[in-house]
Amino acid sequence: MTAAATALPSRSGVAAINPVAKIAAALVIALTLAFSVDTVSAGLALALEAVLLPFAGLRWGAFWHRTAPVWFAAPLAGIAVLLYGRPSGRLYLDWWFVEVTDGSLHLAIATMLRVLAIALPAVALFATVDATELADGLAQIVRLPSRFVLGALAAFRLLGLMREDWRALAMARRARGAADRGRLQRFGGLVFALFVLSIRRGSALATAMEARGFGGSTPRSWARRSRFGMREVLLILVAALIAAAAVTTAVVTGQWVIGGR
Amino acid sequence: MNSGSGWRTPAAPAVGVRAHGWGWRHAGRRDWALHDIDLALEPGERVLLLGPSGSGKSTMLAALAGVLGDDDGSSDEGDSAGILTVDGHDPRSARGAAGLVLQDPDSQVIMSRVGDDVAFGCENLGVPRDELWIRVREALELVGLELPLDHPTEALSGGQKQRLALAGALAMRPGLLLLDEPTANVDPSGVLEVRDAVAAVLARTGATAVIVEHRVESWLDLADRIVVLGADGTLMADGEPRAVLAQRGAALAAAGVWVPGRESRIARRRGPAEHPALLRAERLSLARVAGRPLPVTAHSPLDTTVSAGEVLALTGPNGSGKTTLALTLGGLLAPFAGEVRAEPLLAAGADPRPIRMRSRELLTRIGTVFQTPEHQFLTSTVRDELALGPRTLHLAPAAIDERVDELLARLGLHSLAGANPFTLSGGQKRRLSVGAVLATRPGVLVLDEPTFGQDALTWAAVVELIEELRSGGAAVVAATHDPRFAAAIGAHELAMAGVAA
Repeated sequence: MTAAATALPSRSGVAAINPVAKIAAALVIALTLAFSVDTVSAGLALALEAVLLPFAGLRWGAFWHRTAPVWFAAPLAGIAVLLYGRPSGRLYLDWWFVEVTDGSLHLAIATMLRVLAIALPAVALFATVDATELADGLAQIVRLPSRFVLGALAAFRLLGLMREDWRALAMARRARGAADRGRLQRFGGLVFALFVLSIRRGSALATAMEARGFGGSTPRSWARRSRFGMREVLLILVAALIAAAAVTTAVVTGQWVIGGR
Repeated sequence: MNSGSGWRTPAAPAVGVRAHGWGWRHAGRRDWALHDIDLALEPGERVLLLGPSGSGKSTMLAALAGVLGDDDGSSDEGDSAGILTVDGHDPRSARGAAGLVLQDPDSQVIMSRVGDDVAFGCENLGVPRDELWIRVREALELVGLELPLDHPTEALSGGQKQRLALAGALAMRPGLLLLDEPTANVDPSGVLEVRDAVAAVLARTGATAVIVEHRVESWLDLADRIVVLGADGTLMADGEPRAVLAQRGAALAAAGVWVPGRESRIARRRGPAEHPALLRAERLSLARVAGRPLPVTAHSPLDTTVSAGEVLALTGPNGSGKTTLALTLGGLLAPFAGEVRAEPLLAAGADPRPIRMRSRELLTRIGTVFQTPEHQFLTSTVRDELALGPRTLHLAPAAIDERVDELLARLGLHSLAGANPFTLSGGQKRRLSVGAVLATRPGVLVLDEPTFGQDALTWAAVVELIEELRSGGAAVVAATHDPRFAAAIGAHELAMAGVAA
């Protein structure tokens, strides 16, 4: 079997870092940048991230593919703020509720940069997260209850089966003469059928898990140790540095405004 | 085959099983599924557990595995009576003493990588990490599944998934191995794969084993005892395999067990004098998902004709496109290229392309029975399920009742007319799914693996229904792995090539 058959992204550099650290790093940046809406902090964070993102362990094709929604959402958020943001300064356009002013223009750019600065690293980091490793990390490092974490992990695997079920259910309805009804009614029926089937699959899976001793009183061991070492600390530190540099520069230049202007 | 001491870590000793007046009643049912069971299995015994569909074989295994009910003996799942012990303990308090492999390959895969999946049970037992990975490798080796530990489980075939489940149970070092129809849902090559893996495991571990299977001949050499449950939920027979088969062969065959030498014969009927073509496929390439053609048919498009009074069997290995072809002929998937055309005799005024026919128009023209019966159940009672098609056709209520009653009798489902289709046994579900499609008397019947994993009774019932339909002038298309089926019904075969590697 070739490495391609393992379905895992290449495990080196940042990609191999514990998912818990990736979440923490993304949170550090997101929570810090959420405090202000200015161009300086967001712009600087984004610039620093742009330098680091090539090392996130994603191939370029994958990077653009994964972050496509972000590139779409950021300008959209900007435009919304541009048209409807609180007016201040010089007025460029005034049409019904739409007022484009100096203030809203500035705020729009700041918003767009902020969405990019928060979402790009988050998406890039999560793209290389493996569900099993995340579960290991959440249970062993964060110490969430193993029943909950492993249950969620197993349920996650059922999602693939649900897609197949949906197609089969839709075809079966057509074969049984029940697909001529209105689109909405048909959709409702399908959702319900899928729901019933998923519960059945879920309970079958639960039985299989119980039969393998899941949910017993014995303390569990872990086949894979979830490691939290220097690499993980370093990643969070880098995120903290980006956040600190962004805040410091914004405060020094007088642009830092808690909660926007 | 190696025996005994190949383990690098200590193996669990085989354990015994005792039942005294034991019984179980499912929640909400009046009758006991099993009752007054007295049974003693000595450590290391290999027992084939037989019985008709719905006799409680699976319930028995679940109880032994300790996954039935809670520790206090009654629960929302049902009530128990009498005593049942594994190695002297209540099985519910000794999870892990028994390893259970179930029927459905898909719902037993727990983790997304092969190694992690096998490790799962050991983790739950608290096996230390170093020993755990040794056990995982040994278990995979023993079931012959030598794949990288990070191989994705979703890429496995049915037979491989069953061997994975076996490895997962095995790694827990159970003293008792419970197999609930482990080969019912895998294709013929997978059956041998799984059987051989089980044989290797038992030879090496010496564990006590209880195996539920319809197809006795594959397992006869492995078993040193046969226990038979009756339809009433009590013990019907117990003893040395050949002796039980000799004494009880007729009764077992009548209960649906595939007893060697007692296979049921299907009476072939005369068909119609003429065999006009009803459906034609020309230069057909198939796509399971729109826009993505199956490679085999894209390179060599198919031509075939489906004629009245004939059976066309679509055969070929997994992944060769049998199901996709069946669903395309059934008007449920659009061809990628080429066309499927209904002759005027079949189309009867509807669009000649089946995929363009309205859903209701399909009912009397092309009926499709799905591989998984649950996918096509739309109502909450067996009776409604059979009546749904005729009602959609706006038949008179009296005519609907007549058709439904006749089908209920033919399918042996009369006593279950008010039951929810989802609560039926596997064989009953299969019969209902065929009956529900027959209720609208389609000119062409398309079936996806109609006889797969069925006990001998359901097998014969389904094959007879199909034969009756064929002789009445309908055309039948069946995607099938079952060589017995094609032979019994005199099918024309369309062998589909496998995907070139």
